Amino acid sequence: MIRFCLPFALALTTSLATVAYADARSAAKEQVQFGIDVAQRGLWKEALYRWHRAIEIDPTYAEAYNDVAIAQEHEGKLAEAREAYEKAMKLAPDNAVIRQNYDLFKEINDRTDRRQNP
Amino acid sequence: MTARTAARILSFAGFAACTAAACGSIVEIPIETPIQAKLDVSAFSRVLVAGFVAGGSDDVDTNLETVRLLRSQLRTKSNLRVIDADPMPLVQVAKDELEGPASRDAATATNGSASPAEQSKSDDTLPEIKTEKDLEPYERLFADADFWKRIGEEYQNPLIVTGTVLFAPQSRAGFVQREQEVFDQLGRRRVVPVRTYQERKGFILAQKIIFIDGRSGATIHSETFREERLYNQNQNTPALSSYFELMDGIVPKFLNTLSTQKVRGTRVLLQ
Repeated sequence: MIRFCLPFALALTTSLATVAYADARSAAKEQVQFGIDVAQRGLWKEALYRWHRAIEIDPTYAEAYNDVAIAQEHEGKLAEAREAYEKAMKLAPDNAVIRQNYDLFKEINDRTDRRQNP
Repeated sequence: MTARTAARILSFAGFAACTAAACGSIVEIPIETPIQAKLDVSAFSRVLVAGFVAGGSDDVDTNLETVRLLRSQLRTKSNLRVIDADPMPLVQVAKDELEGPASRDAATATNGSASPAEQSKSDDTLPEIKTEKDLEPYERLFADADFWKRIGEEYQNPLIVTGTVLFAPQSRAGFVQREQEVFDQLGRRRVVPVRTYQERKGFILAQKIIFIDGRSGATIHSETFREERLYNQNQNTPALSSYFELMDGIVPKFLNTLSTQKVRGTRVLLQ
């Protein structure tokens, strides 16, 4: 009986976890999409709030970290932007778009560093 | 819930995840990153672009053009009030301040039978500015705090912007790499890099911008820039056009010393 039930219980646990993950990602995506909509209208603070919410819901959401990094860059908070980019890169190391954003950011950030430490 | 139901849920979740990944949208968005000013100029409400020790080409009045350009940029891109005053002829001022009347007398006497002492004084005569090295003796003027304090008092203690500018013709010969279109036997087009020997001419712009506290006459900051632009031998570019091209590279850096500037760019938002 136990031999019969164990695989079933494992499958059930896995499937429930997957459903929960899908739900979290779905809710986080809604926040991210709303953030993108408002950012396009220039409401960056609201967008940043939404993207932070997305990260709270799903801390593995690399795209949300990417968006947070862009918003921080736009606000001139370069240290926070770097941190968010690095987190996004860690979560999705093969994402070419995140890499490209990060490279563009580094160009500006390095220039600022050079100016502060000539 | 049976195993079959669980498997169905699992496959649905997987499908949903795959669909979401496939449909993930990207949005390109323009951003403006503010870069903080290098100098804290909050103690000043006004700025005087006094003038520059300038030389090099006779085709452009480098002192006048530099003063005009920097003032117009500061008017639109900084919060400081720009003082309108005639640009100071700093080469002449430097000669008056640094050489002094005795030295000028000695210089005129060198044609005759000048004493060794007079000869030594004439060696101190400031040179005509043709190269970057010629600018060096003039830099003593910027260390003369009393002189700049007097200027500061005259204009109610502003931030003073001054320095040296050399805008000089430059020619250089060497190998230049360019891309050339070639077609093979089948008519297929290719672009290949070709190195050719070319004589090119143009201009260099070497500029040192010095920021002086008009209250004390002390230098608070200085920056050095060097830009070069070379053209093909057969291309006839007016000196003034080239001057503005070269200043295009310097002006943003100058402005960012005094005021927060925004760097425009685009990034990609991801869903």
